[in-house]
Amino acid sequence: MKRQGIAEALRDGIAEEMTRDERVFCIGEDIGVPGGWGGAFTVTLGLAEKFPGRIIDTPIAELGFTGMAVGAAMMGMRPIADMQYGDFLFLASDQLINNAAKMRYMSGGTVKVPLVMRAPIGATGRGSQHAQSMERYFTGVPGLKVVAVSTAYDAKGMLKAAVRDDNPVMIFEHKLLYGSKGARAEPGAVDATSDIPDGDYIVPLDRAAVRRPGSQVTVLGWLLMAHFAAAAAEQLAAEGISAEVIDVRSLSPIDYETIGESVRKTGRVVIVEEGPKTGGVSAEICAGIMERFGDYLQAPVIRVASADVPVPFTPILENAYRPDAARIAQACRDLIGR
Amino acid sequence: MNGASAANSPASPVPLDREFLLGLYGKMVLIREFEERVKFLFLEGTMPGTIHQCQGQEATATGVCAALRADDWITSTFRGHGHALAKGLTVQEMLDELFGATTGCCKGKGGSMHMGNMAKGMVPGIAIVAGGIPLAAGMALAFKMQRTTQVVACFFGDGAVAEGAFHEGVNMAAIWDLPVIFVCENNLYGASTRIDKVMKNPRVSARAAAYGFQGETVDGNDVLAVYAAAQRAAEACRNGQGPVLLELLTYRRTGHSRRDACHYQAKDEREAWFSRDPITRFATQLLARRDITQADLDAIKARIDTQIAQSVELAKQAPQPTLADLTTDVFA
Repeated sequence: MKRQGIAEALRDGIAEEMTRDERVFCIGEDIGVPGGWGGAFTVTLGLAEKFPGRIIDTPIAELGFTGMAVGAAMMGMRPIADMQYGDFLFLASDQLINNAAKMRYMSGGTVKVPLVMRAPIGATGRGSQHAQSMERYFTGVPGLKVVAVSTAYDAKGMLKAAVRDDNPVMIFEHKLLYGSKGARAEPGAVDATSDIPDGDYIVPLDRAAVRRPGSQVTVLGWLLMAHFAAAAAEQLAAEGISAEVIDVRSLSPIDYETIGESVRKTGRVVIVEEGPKTGGVSAEICAGIMERFGDYLQAPVIRVASADVPVPFTPILENAYRPDAARIAQACRDLIGR
Repeated sequence: MNGASAANSPASPVPLDREFLLGLYGKMVLIREFEERVKFLFLEGTMPGTIHQCQGQEATATGVCAALRADDWITSTFRGHGHALAKGLTVQEMLDELFGATTGCCKGKGGSMHMGNMAKGMVPGIAIVAGGIPLAAGMALAFKMQRTTQVVACFFGDGAVAEGAFHEGVNMAAIWDLPVIFVCENNLYGASTRIDKVMKNPRVSARAAAYGFQGETVDGNDVLAVYAAAQRAAEACRNGQGPVLLELLTYRRTGHSRRDACHYQAKDEREAWFSRDPITRFATQLLARRDITQADLDAIKARIDTQIAQSVELAKQAPQPTLADLTTDVFA
């Protein structure tokens, strides 16, 4: 057992999978340059020395290297592709959406695309183009699995599950969760460390996680928002309000079993999303809850999400843009007061 | 005109094995007759979907695939019927696919633009222009990492050269010496737009030098020239000297798709290219040999006509999917 942050846990998970299965390799920009960074967020630091020829540094060509990862996966390799910033997925989306996601279906079930695509997201003082919450653009694509990891334990376990899955899996990570101490820490970073077991383990790609049990309101979030939701629940507990916090974690497919169990109990739902409110994943979850558990609701579902604007740079506006614990707590109070 | 240089040169005997040559001829006739029948079925309304056909381009698919081994791969495009037949897909599995039957090569879930058969080394056709180029580079990366001697031939049209995916995929194949034969079927038109409107330098093969590898322009209506160039390219790729860019000059005798009447193709251009039809030219070459007669060629065509006619009847009766098939094959 050791205490690790997300970047370290991912690094160990990748190394273990590469040791276990020689078909596994990493591909992306600046991920294995000697004297370099091990990717923009240090996840692959040191792996190029450990696995010669299997940490492949590419030109700055997101469409190209994503297509290469898809092609290699179809030929029996198990690539882990590293998108330096999630925003660059727009460049790669043809290969992900038109090829990776559809090949199995178009081929009548004969093609396998065991591809892992990792991508960091989140508003972090970098302005509008290194900040977007990208998961919404992929959750509605049949053929893709989409997960979001908010703890080191999940990051390692879901990475391993994704590598072993025969389908394309997108793993979204948050720039403020990679580490909250040391050189990698950024202003606003949140502690997402976990106790990591010594042995091999996986975390399923289709299960949400109840982070805090409660009885009066269900708060759903993922990535940074799962942490903020937990902080809000802490504040509410001091006021005598019992909030159940669920880390949705699996964004496609969505685990309505775990969510439904909570909704039937509390009858009240707040969904928290870092991306803009319009067209987000929270809209899908809201509709899914209405269809399945609408009869159990005692009040309308409430969303707490970012403003419908590009991510602003200046800290005052960035903080105003993104939900925080105070806004989440207030939404819960409002909902319970109805 | 960026036409092939060897227009109607006097036929000279070709020094290759008779059966091999008749095989090439038969494959080209098969592609032509298949496409003609498919066009008829589409216009008649019995066959669903849309079509992008390759009449006039039979020598490119046939010549390249003849140079490949069974365990080599190809990627194709929305205009992939010829590639599929050349790589060994059967008329029956393709017609069944076009009729949307479960016995089709993709169980009726691919259709005309996504023909493929993984057991025969053909990835389902990629109908996004240039989408197969990075993908093929990645396949070749896998071959290199797996230390096999396989190659992938990546078919695309002149239109794909303007896509960013071409640049990214070709560049990465170049820097890592990957075993890809980039096969540009330059038929002078991307849909209805002529290449001189979209390329300052219309010599596609010249681009290879800019990326630091070998490129060659070949008369794409001369099946033996294509075969020889593809053999050289495959050999280079297997020796770690890939990739290779082959620009095959050819011409589409039929529309871009569906009912396109090709009014954008100049009459004299069409006539000039039609006079260099790959099948007619090859027949002339073959008949210059003492051991091949018109009766041999006629027998090949008759056999193919019968085969296609029988397959059409079977395809019309082939089993259609049930509604339960809608949601299968999404995930492995």
